[in-house]
Amino acid sequence: VSGADVAIVGIGIHPFGRHEGVSARAQAVHAARAALADAGADWKDMQFAFGGSMDGGDADTLVSELGLTGLPFINVWNGCATGGSSLMSADSALRSGAADLGMAIGFDKHARGAFNTDPAAHGLGEWYGETGLMLTTQFFAMKIQRYMHDHGITASTLAKVAAKAFRNGARNENAWRRTPMSEEDILGSAMVSHPLTQYMFCSPGEGAVALVLCRADRAHHYTDRPVFLNAAVLRSRRYGSFEVFSPWLATEPAPSPTVDAARATFEQAGIGPDEIDVAQIQDTDSGTEIIHMAETGLCKPGEQEALLQTGATEIGGSLPINTDGGVIANGEPIGASGLRQVYESVLQLRGDAGDRQVPGDPRTAFTHVYGAPGISACTVLTR
Amino acid sequence: MSAVPVADGLFTWPSESPQLIGSTCPECGATTFPRQGSCPRCPHPSMEERLLSTRGTLWTFTVQGFEPKPPYRGPVPFEPYGVGYVELRGEVMVESRLTVSDPDQLEIGQEMELVVVPFRSDESGDDVVTFAFRPATAGSGS
Repeated sequence: VSGADVAIVGIGIHPFGRHEGVSARAQAVHAARAALADAGADWKDMQFAFGGSMDGGDADTLVSELGLTGLPFINVWNGCATGGSSLMSADSALRSGAADLGMAIGFDKHARGAFNTDPAAHGLGEWYGETGLMLTTQFFAMKIQRYMHDHGITASTLAKVAAKAFRNGARNENAWRRTPMSEEDILGSAMVSHPLTQYMFCSPGEGAVALVLCRADRAHHYTDRPVFLNAAVLRSRRYGSFEVFSPWLATEPAPSPTVDAARATFEQAGIGPDEIDVAQIQDTDSGTEIIHMAETGLCKPGEQEALLQTGATEIGGSLPINTDGGVIANGEPIGASGLRQVYESVLQLRGDAGDRQVPGDPRTAFTHVYGAPGISACTVLTR
Repeated sequence: MSAVPVADGLFTWPSESPQLIGSTCPECGATTFPRQGSCPRCPHPSMEERLLSTRGTLWTFTVQGFEPKPPYRGPVPFEPYGVGYVELRGEVMVESRLTVSDPDQLEIGQEMELVVVPFRSDESGDDVVTFAFRPATAGSGS
């Protein structure tokens, strides 16, 4: 296929949303068993696992349910890029030849409402939280506010992103928010953080995703429809980039970690952004989807206005984005979020995405996560 | 009744004309707020204190529309407040509460000036004060 070294041969998911009485670990076990069944493999065949969760417990304790086989199971915690970091670690283990077959898993279960983060965990003074500056929502609002000013993006386009997310979510049996909503209702909902309204934001939620990965040359032992992981790259922020939880910013701007991670991913894969058939990109809110379209290289800054207004990023459009409803419709269980994007990409490349299948037999997919405190992880997948 | 700063070392206080206390790298000139121990750019292991300009331009903004969870300790009942980054030219961009919470009264590029404002009352009834930026009044430039 593409000279890739690593293949994804099994995928499993526990539906996203709110699941009263179902622990995050139980959701993780469900996803792990589904991924193993999909690959036709047993837990005892796994030579390693990387996994993580923010509020759902230590991933490595899943062995008490999945089986105490003695495998090396490494807990990964890397903020919003936890799933992407687990995947990158699995990729490295397989690429290096250290192992043939293993699992990446992510799961979570968060309290309702916006995350409240301890300033001390980010090296910030108590005053920063006390005076009401320690909110990710403010950052995303301020970033799109500036972006709209610089690149002519309108509030109508912000609403279109959210309306698309709910429309796609309605076609996804594993999504949380499955009721389509009009642009008018999205614009008219409570103003959370100007210019972003309530339904333009994702919410913390619950869910789990597991992937079984193997060396590419062994993929056909497990499946006749492998999806290849051509590149998986993580980057953190550089001096001058505009990031969440920043009491100050340098006056000389630098590209965001998304720009760095996406560029390195495309370079490593030898595939350009113009060759991508379907993309899942971080849509913490409507604004971030718009900004990330350009930061990842899928379009140029400012082109988003026309692309959204003409429906180019719809499932049937020229550049389908967040075909499963993204985090706006799925919610954000931090540990699982990045892996959900890969799950959706595999479905799309296999042609198994049902009502939301991208037409035209897509062959290439791209995923991207971004989060606190300024990290991004991207992948390129092919079949 | 006296006014207690929300944290020591953020701004000069008490003062008739308070200034934010930042730091500058003696090697590369990178400036931070608040002050920190080493340079985030070059990365020199020590920084020098620098009192920052009190005027700048609004680089971006939002309005906090819902009451944050703790550790937020704002006035009760909750009132929306403005938040923005103010560019202190040639120094640094500072994130700050804004005295204005109506987005129609805020515009990217407008001149802003530093003020120290009451934020909440502490247990003994004293005002806890913090820094904020307000739209600059004409002719009050330094």
